[in-house]
Amino acid sequence: MEKTIYLDYAATTPVDERVLQAMLPYFSHTFGNPSSIHQYGQKAENAIEAARETVAGVLKCRPDEIIFTSCGSESDNLALRGASLAMRAKKNANWILTSQAEHHAVSRTAGQMAELFGFEVEWLPVDEYGMVLPQTIAQAICHQTAIVSVMLANNEIGTINPISKISEICHEQGVLLHTDAVQAAAYLPVNVDALGVDLLSLGGHKFYGPKGVGALYVRKGTPLVPVQTGGGQEVGLRAGTQNVPYIVGFAEALRLTDLERKARAAQVKPMRDRIIGSVLENIPDAKLTGHPIERLPNHCSFVFKGVDGNFLLTLLDSAGFACSSGSACKTGNPEPSEVMRLMQLPLEWGLGSLRVTLGTASTAVDVEKFLARLPGLVEKARKLQ
Amino acid sequence: MTRVVVAMSGGVDSSVAAAILKQQGYDVVGMMLRLWSEPGKEDSNRCCTPDAMALARRVAARLDIPFYALDARDIFRSTVVNYFLEEYTRGATPNPCLVCNRIIRWKFLLEHALAMGADYMATGHYVRLRSNNGQISGRSDVVKKELLRAIDRSKDQSYVLHVLNQEQLGRALFPVGDFPKDEIRRLAGELGLPTASRPDSQDLCFLAGEDYREFIKRNAPGSLKPGDIVTRDGNILGRHQGLSFYTIGQRKGLGLASTQPLYVLAKQAASNTLVVGLEAMLGQDELTVENVNWISGEPPQGVFRAEVKIRYTAREAWAEVSHLEGGRVHVKFDEPQRDITTGQAAVFYVEDVVLGGGLIT
Repeated sequence: MEKTIYLDYAATTPVDERVLQAMLPYFSHTFGNPSSIHQYGQKAENAIEAARETVAGVLKCRPDEIIFTSCGSESDNLALRGASLAMRAKKNANWILTSQAEHHAVSRTAGQMAELFGFEVEWLPVDEYGMVLPQTIAQAICHQTAIVSVMLANNEIGTINPISKISEICHEQGVLLHTDAVQAAAYLPVNVDALGVDLLSLGGHKFYGPKGVGALYVRKGTPLVPVQTGGGQEVGLRAGTQNVPYIVGFAEALRLTDLERKARAAQVKPMRDRIIGSVLENIPDAKLTGHPIERLPNHCSFVFKGVDGNFLLTLLDSAGFACSSGSACKTGNPEPSEVMRLMQLPLEWGLGSLRVTLGTASTAVDVEKFLARLPGLVEKARKLQ
Repeated sequence: MTRVVVAMSGGVDSSVAAAILKQQGYDVVGMMLRLWSEPGKEDSNRCCTPDAMALARRVAARLDIPFYALDARDIFRSTVVNYFLEEYTRGATPNPCLVCNRIIRWKFLLEHALAMGADYMATGHYVRLRSNNGQISGRSDVVKKELLRAIDRSKDQSYVLHVLNQEQLGRALFPVGDFPKDEIRRLAGELGLPTASRPDSQDLCFLAGEDYREFIKRNAPGSLKPGDIVTRDGNILGRHQGLSFYTIGQRKGLGLASTQPLYVLAKQAASNTLVVGLEAMLGQDELTVENVNWISGEPPQGVFRAEVKIRYTAREAWAEVSHLEGGRVHVKFDEPQRDITTGQAAVFYVEDVVLGGGLIT
């Protein structure tokens, strides 16, 4: 483990030491229940309200528009489920528009809304880079659309979607727009007005916060029914005693990310370009997946012809490099992911995906070590096919 | 540090194999093959269910070793399962574990292990290895590997590993073959391995606990052509449901009215007839073996005496073995043997050493 070079920051990131320090007092010292009347409760409540203000400061929104959740997936669930049910009640809107390249937290939720709750889902096509083009929304949207959900940046292939253009179309039609910004928030600004979104999902562990905490931005006046019912926490939209230390950590991590965003991007982008350039130059039958320009600055993703991507990851891990693939699966069951299928790759390319994502501890030296080994390992994996 | 890939199954034996190697100071990596299951029956496959994989993962975590799964479904289907169906279709009774060991474990997996920088691959098989400085071949410059029966004769699995060659054995480690099974279970308990009390696996993994006949019905229905049941003198006694439903020595399920118990003596694919007769007729004192693998790489010289095992569960019997044309071998038993079955392996032993073996014609 010690010798391994971590190149999977899109999967998760370590908790920033400053974030950890901010969290620690709230485990056993300031441990009160934020709903309690006494001073223990008041201190805890004060901590989460300060956190809410911090998050609102980054998103450029009102604090009462922030709902804390347990993770990015829960935020996606609450947005999609809560808004589509509310919009049906409000104006009999029965359609969900979402792209074919969404995270499962969105696509499977939409699928279940269709299967169990009678909604219709229109799966919007993406271009060869996995991008959702605004005109496809313009063609599909109508007054019966309950919600449009398009991710800000794709987790598998790093492509950034033109959300602010998409939002113009949605607002002309008076339709709600949700964006899953879980993967994007580490590097892209999440200014909700600039993006023009009504709902926006975040997950703490993608930007050096802890796992197990997320947030959903809900624009004031957006109809939403709670998915988790119970006590009246989070303005009645998310029942359950708030996870105070994690919420504090989430806010601190987001604050630091916003503060250091430009520097972090400037650190990883040259390394990203070095990896992409080197792989395409030195490895035969390799392709970049996702958009060459409109992509996250820390994100490289490839496919290699005739390679079992899972075994390539095994070889890489054995050689001391922790990477990921588009079809990441620990059970040796390599099916091309939905996103890989959308790339319309020939069969012998579809299983050979590799995702290399950089972060704050990445160095040019490590990148060179990786680039020195990768071609040989791809060749090894190819021979065994 | 010497790296060993351990082929793990979630079972006791491979778990303890990994533990022993770890204790011996090897750089141990766990790998598990994801083998083929019939669509919809993935959860009942005997050796690589999601449960078994979760268990193997827990064992690996407990031993603090990395663990990876390797997809072998396509190659398993196109080799082992195809072989199984083809052999039954031609009227033989196959042992698919032989093909699995030769092609899947000791070729496909071994190649992947070596690609990962492994020096050795280990399994939880009950067999032993011995280095022999040229004594087998008479060439003193080559260290050869001898495959030996396990210490625990009741658990010995050398029968299915007679297919291995020197190259494979040179990369092989079999850590549990030196211990009795009880000791392995005790070690598993002592190490706190979650597999300590798991029952031994028995049937073919891809049959998912079902009778093989059901599997053939679904996957090779064309092989089930009804035909006549006849005696050696050609008297027709009844109809059979397809030769692949029967095995040599079988008595039950023939559906014949007879005053004396009748047994399957032979399956004649050319005429699609099932030959039956009295128990006394089952005994034969000779057989021919083809596709012989000699573990040393060279056949023994001339005619030799050996103990011969004709099924995984059969007792070894003394015989005289002589070479025929085309690398085939003739076996003449001292005493007639029951249930000599085309498609099963005959494996030759001299004391604890496995000389090799091949398929009974």
